[in-house]
Amino acid sequence: MSSNKIIKINHVTRVEGHGNIEIKIKDGIVEQCRWEVVEAPRFFEAMVRGRKWDELAHITSRICGICSIGHTLTSLKATEAAMRIEVSEQTEKARRILMHAENMQSHILHLGYLVLPDLLGVPSVVPLASTHREQVLLIIRLHRLANEMSDLWGGRTVHPQRPVVGGFAKWPSMQEIETLRQRLEDALPEMETLTSLFRDLAPGFPQFIRETEYIALTHPDEYALYDGNIASTDGGTCSVDKYKEITNEYLVPHSTAKFTRHKRDSYMVGALARFKLNYQHFLPRAKETARTLDLLPTNCNPFMNSIAQLVEVVHSIEDSIRLIDDLLKNGMKDEKPSFSVRAGRGIGAVEVPRGLLFHEYEYNKNGECIWSNCIIPTNQNHANIQNDLEAFVPQIKDCSKEEIELQVEMLVRAYDPCISCSTHCIFI
Amino acid sequence: MEKPKVAFFDFAGCEGDQLQVINLEEDLLKVVDAVDIVCFREAMKGHSDDYDIAFIEGSITRRSDENRLKEIRKNAKVLVALGSCASLGGINLLKNFQEQENVRQFVYGDMAHQYETYPARPLSAVVPVDINIHGCPINRNEFAMVFKALLLGKNPDIPNYPVCVDCKIAENVCVFKIDMTCLGPVTRAGCGACCVTEGSFCWGCRGLVDNPNADSEREILAEYGLSLRDILSKFRLYTGFSEVAK
Repeated sequence: MSSNKIIKINHVTRVEGHGNIEIKIKDGIVEQCRWEVVEAPRFFEAMVRGRKWDELAHITSRICGICSIGHTLTSLKATEAAMRIEVSEQTEKARRILMHAENMQSHILHLGYLVLPDLLGVPSVVPLASTHREQVLLIIRLHRLANEMSDLWGGRTVHPQRPVVGGFAKWPSMQEIETLRQRLEDALPEMETLTSLFRDLAPGFPQFIRETEYIALTHPDEYALYDGNIASTDGGTCSVDKYKEITNEYLVPHSTAKFTRHKRDSYMVGALARFKLNYQHFLPRAKETARTLDLLPTNCNPFMNSIAQLVEVVHSIEDSIRLIDDLLKNGMKDEKPSFSVRAGRGIGAVEVPRGLLFHEYEYNKNGECIWSNCIIPTNQNHANIQNDLEAFVPQIKDCSKEEIELQVEMLVRAYDPCISCSTHCIFI
Repeated sequence: MEKPKVAFFDFAGCEGDQLQVINLEEDLLKVVDAVDIVCFREAMKGHSDDYDIAFIEGSITRRSDENRLKEIRKNAKVLVALGSCASLGGINLLKNFQEQENVRQFVYGDMAHQYETYPARPLSAVVPVDINIHGCPINRNEFAMVFKALLLGKNPDIPNYPVCVDCKIAENVCVFKIDMTCLGPVTRAGCGACCVTEGSFCWGCRGLVDNPNADSEREILAEYGLSLRDILSKFRLYTGFSEVAK
């Protein structure tokens, strides 16, 4: 086999958005190894200038179809922080459920449609529809449940209408919530089946360990998704208003997306980072799932991000049941948001499926946005993907060209990147 | 008979419309059975230039993307714009109302020159489009309807009446009666008035009907206290391209 290889993957498949990988191996030495983001830049931060407070969530939701609920909630939190609007406990609980719904939807999509084909050696989920019909139907059922849960709390799965500044424009009925509760209970054994499938296939993930800095929200009382402080595995916690000290965005010539770094060259956000920083707050079935899958908080294999997502789905189901029980016990009120519009600056931070998301807005006294900044999880992962590639490719450099291509694509896919989200970040 | 070959592509957009196709859930398996999907980067490995129907999401925001779109047009017998970014220019149009250089600099600072961009536009501003599936996001049932019509060689029936009709069918209270304003009277229906039904108002994401009574809509909005600037701002959210084109 020749020890010279040039690999150019134009548009990595089964990921959201457009990214390329370029690798040059000469005389058995890796000479170049590059992760390029080639997505068309979209300029959201400039686009929202002059728009009204009640349009910001609608517009920024369009940053990403897959995490539109996460963008909506982060945007609402930023606007509420800017205008010092307090939301009710009922709203906070409902938003947590909505965040769980998106987490489940996005993770199941990633695990079932994007990752599973690699583990079974096929190019997509399509051939699995005949060879692994039962498993595919199981994945579709779980995906549909998550989407219908989003419909119920958000109005729609992609770009939700119900969540608005100050609360919700429409609430589900008690009966609808009770039906959902039962469906979530029924999904727990389904998740056990999915867990067994991935337990059997997980040895197919490359054994690649590279310790890095991991960053996620943490909260004293819960597995932090909707709320918390920013924590790092390298030590330290800070409030979300200091987010720029963590993200430190910078530009690189081969990418339309910005990169970030904190204490080291790069850091990782997402399910694995949350898993490591929030492990003690997993609910019992999620912990049991982690044990079944043999995933420990000390794990530093980026491919295990997908497995951490699987554990999170179980946690999201359990926690949604707990939140629904609370709402049923206290009774749901048909609340309408009430507040006054004022000038101010505010930050929203939420753990969305791919990691930590920040929106920051400044409003004038008419409630028009005059400045904004959005920092997307995938931006924060780009530098870490690059560093992983640099460490991983020398390990597999003697494999065939096709095998290297497959494995580096799998590495990028493990991050579940949302590239179109990440191509418009600002720091000025 | 050989199955029709179908490809999905995307330009500047959120990929939410392709996600709506995946969100067909069990029905997606029927779609996959009925055709050969030869390219769907978001969900499949592999690529082919041999296809009959191309579904394209996203708007065109860089001159360098025009060639890729023209190439797709050459290969496809039928070209379908998937979602508002592709059919109208969509939310990306917002940047057209600002000075392009200023937009680039606001986001990328000193490095702005490295990032190519030009005013956002729908696919139809670059190549002929056969069918538009409007909406932000698309309605997945409408996608299924268009998909079936294409397989049967028929013209899909895309509504050309305003959202108000859908709102009546959904038995919604008119939002003008509850202190909101709405673009429903001039916006193309087919969404089931889903935003009004879910507690919001019509944002105009499906674009204008073919002969909108825009003057009357402007009068209504003004009557409900909107200034000319507010009214323009509302229309520019999704339908701004026609304004620029004129």
